[in-house]
Amino acid sequence: MQQQPIISISGLSKTYASGFVALRSVDLDIRRGEILALLGPNGAGKTTLISIVTGIVNPTEGQVTVDGHDIVKDYRAARSLIGLVPQELTTDAFETVWATVTHSRGLFGLKPNPDHIEKVLRDLTLWDKKDNKIMELSGGMKRRVMIAKALSHEPRILFLDEPTAGVDVELRKEMWALVRDLRASGVTIILTTHYIAEAEEMADRIGIIHNGELKLVEEKDELMRKLGSKQLMLQLQEPIEALPTDLNGHKLELSGDGTALTYTYDAQAGRTGISALLSDLSRVGIRFKDLQTRESSLEDIFVNLVRDGQ
Amino acid sequence: MNFEAVKAIYNFEMARTFRTAMQSIVSPVISTSLYFVVFGAAIGSRITEIEGVSYGAFIVPGLIMLMVLTQSVSNGSFGIYFPKFLGTIYELLSAPVSSFEIVIGYVGAAATKSLILGILVLATAGFFVPLRIDHPIWMLVFLVLTAITFSLVGFIIGIWAKGMEQLQIVPLLIITPLTFLGGTFYSINVLPPVWQTISLFNPVVYLISGFRWSFYGISDVNMGISLAMTVAFLLICLGIVSWIFRTGYRLKA
Repeated sequence: MQQQPIISISGLSKTYASGFVALRSVDLDIRRGEILALLGPNGAGKTTLISIVTGIVNPTEGQVTVDGHDIVKDYRAARSLIGLVPQELTTDAFETVWATVTHSRGLFGLKPNPDHIEKVLRDLTLWDKKDNKIMELSGGMKRRVMIAKALSHEPRILFLDEPTAGVDVELRKEMWALVRDLRASGVTIILTTHYIAEAEEMADRIGIIHNGELKLVEEKDELMRKLGSKQLMLQLQEPIEALPTDLNGHKLELSGDGTALTYTYDAQAGRTGISALLSDLSRVGIRFKDLQTRESSLEDIFVNLVRDGQ
Repeated sequence: MNFEAVKAIYNFEMARTFRTAMQSIVSPVISTSLYFVVFGAAIGSRITEIEGVSYGAFIVPGLIMLMVLTQSVSNGSFGIYFPKFLGTIYELLSAPVSSFEIVIGYVGAAATKSLILGILVLATAGFFVPLRIDHPIWMLVFLVLTAITFSLVGFIIGIWAKGMEQLQIVPLLIITPLTFLGGTFYSINVLPPVWQTISLFNPVVYLISGFRWSFYGISDVNMGISLAMTVAFLLICLGIVSWIFRTGYRLKA
């Protein structure tokens, strides 16, 4: 039997008072214990979606249940399960790290547990900063404090909104490791990002949000296969009228004016076929003056998705 | 009931108070002492007794109320405005706490702080004038009710305010004038009849009058009416706060 989803979102819409439509009838089931990455450009509705599930924004329409608890009627049970790390670095300033993290645990209705707080701070390499005021910390350290706050009450679900925006490489890697550890301990993780690489690195499944609509939700491996194509562009020295038949074996396209060739290949594959193509080209006597490769960017994916949807 | 959350909010707010003890406790005490020096000793010695009470002693309840009112409003408003301003309110909104628990935590802490200050002013007054408290229990009742009511007023202002300016403007333009004109430094019986009637529309008159009655047994308005009005203000504030949370006014998009 299929396990019941840990978060179930149905028909969720949000129109802000300004008239801006942030979400349009989103349906999404989040599986127990998975890492789900929500990809989308700025303003796509990722943060609104998270804010509704965590109780910060009221939905206009639709329903959300968290482990079977309705987020409005049964908000205590629903919210107790959730830890949230918002996108903006919003921390207290004058409190110590220890005080603010302990405070968070209390807010979620749990009895003080210094051992757990110590473990969280040590995991985030914040232990030697525990008596520092938050205002004295660097941006990266503040980001860790926000994660520590979210983990202080031992959540079963963790929302990370753009966790690695403006974070240096080292901290990004640490965060990825932390997320993996949390997943291993059974925590469900939902992260938003606009970096494909991050989703690729972390996620089990990827959802793509654009203009308030959930365009697709798919297994990462499946999606990456679809998205992983690259293109090689060759600028020819002399225009040609048609492709020589000798080159039929390659997936080649000739531009309208006959001055450029485009070769599409799978960047993930062991053999890309580039060297075979280049040697075939020189054999039929086609010379090129320049070459470049490009990956399908997130923007291309959106363009494709929007076009496919029509 | 999420007691841990109430405790967490309350302790967090009280920690803020004690961290800024110099600013939040010492300076109000010094400014009140100056009132005693100026109005009690310097000017008060030239003013005749009011209904058998020396002027210096007469103003003590009013000064305590002045302190409790202004401090309650400013503590109550800052406590909730600050997280809104910093953005840390996200945590409060996403926590499994009811609006009732949030109010108890914030308003409880604000009221506690202003009660501490009120009692400090009372103790300070003891150094300047002979004190007498006829009805100590009623004195505490009025003090506590006033602290809670005006901490609620502050809480409402803190949620309503969109900027620092709005945060200051209500205390400055409404609360302080009402307090000064509410009989802190005089009995409203000394006013011309028209102004006496107008004064009865000032809610602070009832608070100060009832409070003064608990000290010296003298009052401008009947003590029962004072108590009823004080409770009525409390209920009005509770009504507004519950409306705020029901609608998410200026808290949730």
